[in-house]
Amino acid sequence: MNLSLVERFKTGLARSKEGFLRRLDHLFRGGELDDEFYDDLEETLILGDVGVEASLKLVEKLRLESKRRKVRERGQAREILVQEIAALLAGAAEPVKPAGEPLVILLVGVNGSGKTTTAAKLAHRYRQEGREVLLVAGDTFRAAAVEQLQIWAERAGAALIKQQPGSDPSAVFFDALQAARARHIDVVIGDTAGRLHTRTNLMEELKKINRVIDRVQPGAPHCVLLVIDATTGHNGIAQALHFNEAVPVTGLVLTKLDGTARGGIVVGIQDILKVPVCYVGIGEKIGDLLPFAADDFARALLA
Amino acid sequence: MFASLAEKLQNTLRRLRGKGKLSEKDVDLALREIRLALLEADVNFKVVKDFVVGIRERAVGEEVRRSLTPGQQVVKIVHEELTALMGREQSKIILSGSPAVVMLAGLQGSGKTTTAVKLAVNLSRSGRKPLLVAADTYRPGAAEQLQVLADTAELPCYRNDGAAPLQICREAVRLAEREGYEPVILDTAGRLHLDDAMMDELKTIKAQLKPAELLLVVDAMTGQDAVNAASAFHEALGLTGVILTKLDGDVRGGAALSVRTVTGCPIKFAGVGEKIDALEPFHPERMASRILGMGDLLTLIEKAEAGFDQEKARQLEQKLRRQEFTLDDFLEQLQQVRQMGNMEDILAMLPAAQVPKDLQRLQVDEKQFGRIEALITSMTPQERNNPAIINSSRRRRIAGGSGNTVQDLNRLLSQFSQMKKLFKQVGSMEKKGFKHIGKGKRGFPFF
Repeated sequence: MNLSLVERFKTGLARSKEGFLRRLDHLFRGGELDDEFYDDLEETLILGDVGVEASLKLVEKLRLESKRRKVRERGQAREILVQEIAALLAGAAEPVKPAGEPLVILLVGVNGSGKTTTAAKLAHRYRQEGREVLLVAGDTFRAAAVEQLQIWAERAGAALIKQQPGSDPSAVFFDALQAARARHIDVVIGDTAGRLHTRTNLMEELKKINRVIDRVQPGAPHCVLLVIDATTGHNGIAQALHFNEAVPVTGLVLTKLDGTARGGIVVGIQDILKVPVCYVGIGEKIGDLLPFAADDFARALLA
Repeated sequence: MFASLAEKLQNTLRRLRGKGKLSEKDVDLALREIRLALLEADVNFKVVKDFVVGIRERAVGEEVRRSLTPGQQVVKIVHEELTALMGREQSKIILSGSPAVVMLAGLQGSGKTTTAVKLAVNLSRSGRKPLLVAADTYRPGAAEQLQVLADTAELPCYRNDGAAPLQICREAVRLAEREGYEPVILDTAGRLHLDDAMMDELKTIKAQLKPAELLLVVDAMTGQDAVNAASAFHEALGLTGVILTKLDGDVRGGAALSVRTVTGCPIKFAGVGEKIDALEPFHPERMASRILGMGDLLTLIEKAEAGFDQEKARQLEQKLRRQEFTLDDFLEQLQQVRQMGNMEDILAMLPAAQVPKDLQRLQVDEKQFGRIEALITSMTPQERNNPAIINSSRRRRIAGGSGNTVQDLNRLLSQFSQMKKLFKQVGSMEKKGFKHIGKGKRGFPFF
């Protein structure tokens, strides 16, 4: 497996489309813009987990747009949709580090979405750029989550602030931000415990973390990234709504995109939260995190 | 968020009320809604397609029962078919072989490690002596996580960090033979079904250890991709069953149907919380209701029956019927409900359409119980019996006396009246045949 990252990403995407490729090739290669075409398109979107509502909306919009622009060819119509989806999801800018203070990034999400691994990968990215990185072991609940992050921190060459399991995560963040200042850290990356968005007390805990961070360093966290597993179905929408209500989400990380799932739920989420997808996770290695490429993603979703 | 399918169908088929038989047109109208509902519940597109065809065949021409509207009749058919597809009967775990080996497999983050421990806790409570095995040598901290959880549950855990997974599993089985542990539960690393090398590893472990159960752990929140992963795992390994995790949220769990359809394997357990005993046997019929957005009244009733004092429950029922429900009862009820578990879980089990909007947003955490208790006990008996008399000066007294603000009290009073309304609804549901489900009949109580 000596593939470069981009190649790996591409093969990942290629695998994702395997099942649909043949049928869709037929679908887009010439032919009328008839109901069958639109129905198939709808099916493709739904199969990609774009969500029923968002899929219907996108296809309806495409119908109108094709009519308006007098498009007659399937390939052309498809391109319009690709552009539409790409435009929806793009717009992630590299967060700017505030002068004299560390950039603070907070990772949130449901259990098993990949927060800890993403925290490590992000740390690695910033380390590659020569930044001083501090990881915060904010998951004090899950057994051995701290150990997991510690191992990653060593691999990434990042500092780590941790406390005893079961301690108040807000206190860990308090410590971490103090330490970050003292040690002239550039980027603070906070891992948090996975929580189902329906657990009120855990969402309150998240609000508290956010408040404490803001108190120690006004204006922080600068990025709150919601980590979404690419296999997630419609529940992703509810996750986005609830997490955003607790802590204003500034961007998404789409993980596990190296499987067969196409992660279309981010389209539906974007429709509600209006935040860009910032990164995609495409493997278990520390380097397997890439900036989101909206165009490639949209193409893979439809192809 | 999601209006129940029943409600939608009710609207779609309103005009058809009172017809004798379901016509093709009725059914097609209804099927459109059913298709959408299933898709919104994340049942795989192709699975939905086949399912809907089956429903159509069965439904057209069917006699509409006198007690039902055409919409209800269609939902009844859908519910029955879904239940049938899901396996009808509860499927038990099989523990044969000496020692019996249970192997867990699944994608990353589906919840294998937590599930392994929950399963062990479950089995040890029914008198077994399970041994947990840390066979995930890839994810940093995985073995440590299993060990910590096993220690918490006071269960043995075998690990040999640095060894290969197959070797660890073999050693564990030998240990189990010596020490009389049974079953041996293997927690394997999460992996992608596309990763041939990793899938081969599982194949080898399976071939060598001949597990009695090879269970796929599936995240209930999985969308369309559930079929791809499940069928690939099944093809490679020959699964014997499925465990569905993270079912304690608001997820509808259509993945359950997809996985069941493509693998044909029964779903044996469902993970329903963060505690190490939060694993329940899987009930196909309840899952069918959940996928259709009809709530999980059966589980709720079962929990209520387990937690409630029967005599008190009978008294309460009387009061509910006569609308004599007071704040004292409310308090007592909250205390009983607390024994049933988390309030949000309980509300999540009610059919969405039946729960008043404000109550859906009701946020009760454990601390608030104490606050409510203080508020109610600071009222006079008169006030508890008739909250209407609580004027502003009484409000100030109660709030001050219990160490709360007037806003806290106001919130409590409005929640109380909401709850009263809900019970009124449940009461009228009961009249419409709510009782049937309590007796385990295939009644069709909702809406």
